[in-house]
Amino acid sequence: MVSVDAQTETEMPTVTVDGTEIEVPDGATVLQACELAGKEIPRFCYHERLSIAGNCRMCLVEVKPGPPKPQASCALPATHGQEIRTDSEMVKKAREGVMEFLLINHPLDCPICDQGGECDLQDQSVAYGRGGSRYHENKRAVTEKYMGPLIKTIMTRCIHCTRCVRFSEEVAGVDEIGALYRGEDMQITTYLEHATKHELSANVIDLCPVGALTSRPYAYEARPWELKKTLGIDVSDAMGSNIRIDVRGREVLRVLPRNNDDVNEEWLSDKARWQVDGLTRRRLDRVWIRRDGKLQPAAWDQAFGMIASAAKGGSVAAMAGDLLDCETMFAARRLVNAAGSQLLESRQTGMSYPAGNLAAVNFNSTFAGIETADAVLIVGSHVRWEAPLLNVRLRKAAKRGAKIFIVGPHWEPTYRAEFLGEDASVLHDLPDHVAAAMQGAARPAIIVGAGGLVAGAHGPALALAHAWNVVRDADGVRWNGFNVLHMAAARMGALMLGFARPRGLAELVQAAPAVLLSLGADEMDYAPFAGSLKVYIGHHGDKGATAADIILPASAYTEKAGTYVSTEGRVQFADKAAFAPGDAREDWTILRALADALGVSIGFDSFDQLRTAMVAEVPALGAEGLIDFGPLPAAESAERAGGPIAYPVKDFYLTNPIARASATMQRCSAELLHGEELAEAAE
Amino acid sequence: MLADKDRIFTNLYGFQDWRLPAAQMRGDWDDTRALIGRGQDAIINEVKASGLRGRGGAGFPTGMKWSFMPKESKDGRPSFLVINADESEPGSCKDREIIRHDPHKLVEGALIAGFAMRARAAYIYIRGEYIREAEVLFAAVAEAYAAGLLGKNAAGSGYDFDVFVHRGAGAYICGEETAMIESLEGKKGQPRLKPPFPAGAGLYGCPTTVNNVESIAVVPTILRRGAAWFSSFGRENNKGTKLFQISGHVERPCVVEEEMSIPFRDLIEKHCGGITGGWDNLLAVIPGGSSVPLVPAAEIMDCPMDFDGLKALGSGLGTAAVIVMDKSTDIVRAISRLSYFYKHESCGQCTPCREGTGWMWRVMERLRTGDAEVGEIDMLYEVTKQVEGHTICALGDAAAWPIQGLIKHFRPEIERRISDKTITMQEAAE
Repeated sequence: MVSVDAQTETEMPTVTVDGTEIEVPDGATVLQACELAGKEIPRFCYHERLSIAGNCRMCLVEVKPGPPKPQASCALPATHGQEIRTDSEMVKKAREGVMEFLLINHPLDCPICDQGGECDLQDQSVAYGRGGSRYHENKRAVTEKYMGPLIKTIMTRCIHCTRCVRFSEEVAGVDEIGALYRGEDMQITTYLEHATKHELSANVIDLCPVGALTSRPYAYEARPWELKKTLGIDVSDAMGSNIRIDVRGREVLRVLPRNNDDVNEEWLSDKARWQVDGLTRRRLDRVWIRRDGKLQPAAWDQAFGMIASAAKGGSVAAMAGDLLDCETMFAARRLVNAAGSQLLESRQTGMSYPAGNLAAVNFNSTFAGIETADAVLIVGSHVRWEAPLLNVRLRKAAKRGAKIFIVGPHWEPTYRAEFLGEDASVLHDLPDHVAAAMQGAARPAIIVGAGGLVAGAHGPALALAHAWNVVRDADGVRWNGFNVLHMAAARMGALMLGFARPRGLAELVQAAPAVLLSLGADEMDYAPFAGSLKVYIGHHGDKGATAADIILPASAYTEKAGTYVSTEGRVQFADKAAFAPGDAREDWTILRALADALGVSIGFDSFDQLRTAMVAEVPALGAEGLIDFGPLPAAESAERAGGPIAYPVKDFYLTNPIARASATMQRCSAELLHGEELAEAAE
Repeated sequence: MLADKDRIFTNLYGFQDWRLPAAQMRGDWDDTRALIGRGQDAIINEVKASGLRGRGGAGFPTGMKWSFMPKESKDGRPSFLVINADESEPGSCKDREIIRHDPHKLVEGALIAGFAMRARAAYIYIRGEYIREAEVLFAAVAEAYAAGLLGKNAAGSGYDFDVFVHRGAGAYICGEETAMIESLEGKKGQPRLKPPFPAGAGLYGCPTTVNNVESIAVVPTILRRGAAWFSSFGRENNKGTKLFQISGHVERPCVVEEEMSIPFRDLIEKHCGGITGGWDNLLAVIPGGSSVPLVPAAEIMDCPMDFDGLKALGSGLGTAAVIVMDKSTDIVRAISRLSYFYKHESCGQCTPCREGTGWMWRVMERLRTGDAEVGEIDMLYEVTKQVEGHTICALGDAAAWPIQGLIKHFRPEIERRISDKTITMQEAAE
């Protein structure tokens, strides 16, 4: 009740931190004020992206005016004229006291704890704790919990900060993790010890400040100081999540999210995090040539020779896979063009939506922007599986009061949403309240997913976008509410580089090319290309390699530097974290060598030259950040959507060749998605 | 000694019926409409003038607490009154007597207090173990509804007011006002951070005031008999009458209404028949329920039993649950048992209380048997200081104070046990 009035007196309250006067933004907490003043405040339960719990009591500071006891700075609003001390004897004693309490029942098993070296409790006990313990009673032990194939629990180490509970409830939107019992018997657990099933569940591993929740696949693999950390971009979906790839030797041991408020905030989907153990399995590490129906090891020269002779007899086509970087696609484009062909496509499932104007196939609202939408119509997208982190944004919008409508079969959105039916034709006959909500919204948004694109909803959605005027000035800021949500990390880059024929895949089939270069295309049907020499340039022995006549081993996304464009049109660069195994090469070098074999020139000899040439042709790929694709095109009014919508993702954990090769993802799929079926089968 | 005519709780012992007709005979619900007709501000001013301080333990002035509630709802949020009947403090048993024998005082008080703070409804959160009491309370509320005293146009006042009774599930911590609000909302009963205070955002995020049963139940009588009458009892700043609950080593333990500031000796002599074994046999008193520090015999004997008098002794009035201990008491064991209670009832939310209560109890258990070192007494004292004032709610303080009181007043006894044990061990070793 202290000085509520004082705060409203001025816009920017001025507080004194350890004798230094600073201005803090209105609504800031004392902890934030201290950080602005450059003071470090230790904390365990406080997290910028979660609600304030104030329960660890580590952030205690002395505040005047106020009661003569230390205050939890994370929860206390900074008000005008406060005198804050972070260096007084009272604060020091309070920190030592809390630290001692946290440690009395902590097992102190750091030598066998995977959190060692990156543990908040370790770091802060060194900085703020007292030298030894005065606790001579028996320590508490907590029975093991089971949280599924990704999260390893040693709950005796838990300090009850409840970050994991708050993450599940607030960010993921599922009540999966909670606390049982009270007092020192309090235990964090999942409901009935079921596995956590949310596709963002593993983020609690990062959030856990101690070693209570650690990563099961990474258990006892490495210490953090042994790892080489490389900045990369995730390719498991089209969000372009910023990741850090931790490598020891040539093996990727784990992937962690990087902070990027515009893209993935601080989170990462479980697939992006743990598909990487598939990078060591089913790898293509040598050249293979199919002879008499069987793949047999071969040399590069033999393979190039076969391709060159086949190419003489006809055209060359290229199909880009879902995980590709722009450089690979650009090199392939140069090669195909030099061989006298324009047969480039990236939409493996045969979609043929118009890609002439990229504004019509981009996520224009941006991920950060969609949070502010107040009415959203989702057409044919299982957002939770196609872009889990986007669903987090939509949940935030819904929490702010946005009305959300979904066309397509039911899925659990974790927020309030109305399902309008499974048939795409409902777009032509929307219920009145939906149309009224969209028309009345200040920031309306439409999201067309892959299911919608297949059902022909792109045109009608565009028409609705124009009818509802979703491109407008909202509070002085340009708002573009028309969005297409892709699932392939390579898709936007591919469309920018012209990997789209007006009639899609059908056009390639019709052209019956002599050589089909499959650049890691593992989702397409190769049967129509029976007459072509199918050259698979990729990294995993998956569907494409099975159908291929020649396999040229290439690099996965962690093994090459590259440029990626996310579904919101954000250009991002990734670095090379590890080397590809065996004879595998970086994709562009294979294409460069192939150019020599075909006797054509593609105009670059090094990666830098390749990049320069690419940026010269597509300047937008040269600078990191959002691309402006300009205004929305007019809708073709004749196009009608129809037919039941089917979501393309049948199994969240197995959507790409890396994930399909990953033991962890296979286990997740079996246990989390098909667990009930397995249990039934066992009976 | 409080005259019978000045008693508020005239059926405290259940000699008469608790039901509505009998309650009305005793004066409850007598022209409640006129009381409400005085208007919100007049009621609050009257309560302020009476000097009534909250009877739940903290002693915050009740009228002032009500005046924090918004005068009008700017955003359409309703206001709520929550009545704390989760009486779980060891030693306290006053609300139970009120509810089972005089429930209509509470129900009428709920309407008047709720009206005064412009509340839409009152929630009475009753302790889970009070099964018969809850039955009475449910019945009393139903009677009041049936008689038109609650609900639409409550008591003909033109004010719409509902009273809901909610049974707790047996957690001491739900007696803390914000934990009670959480529990009412259906969540795990854990105290909330303050600010925001309940008066700004409480039950379901709406302005809420949480009051003790006794604070609410005395309001109708204060309004009927006037603030001047109520404030004629007790010392300055400690006005009114109060239910004292005397348990332990007295001849006749009882719950009795007395005026504030009555000297301890008078209270015991007049109502309890004296200390067992006489006044020389008195060892110590816990004057306000388990969470206040004990006071040794010599200091308490002539102390006025009120907020300020006991505060001066380093203790507190709390709920006026007076626990008397004579010299047959194993005082260390008694306090150790209280430590166990707080360890058992800590909600586990914040670190110092969750970890500290267990630590303190374990050391107390060793001090009880003497299986400790003298230095550990100081360590224990430091640990209590590390808990006190570092927690979200006051349970940490409540767990720390009894031990501090023990060490302050009975350190020689603890040291004696340690040295006895050491000597025994040495002899055994020889």
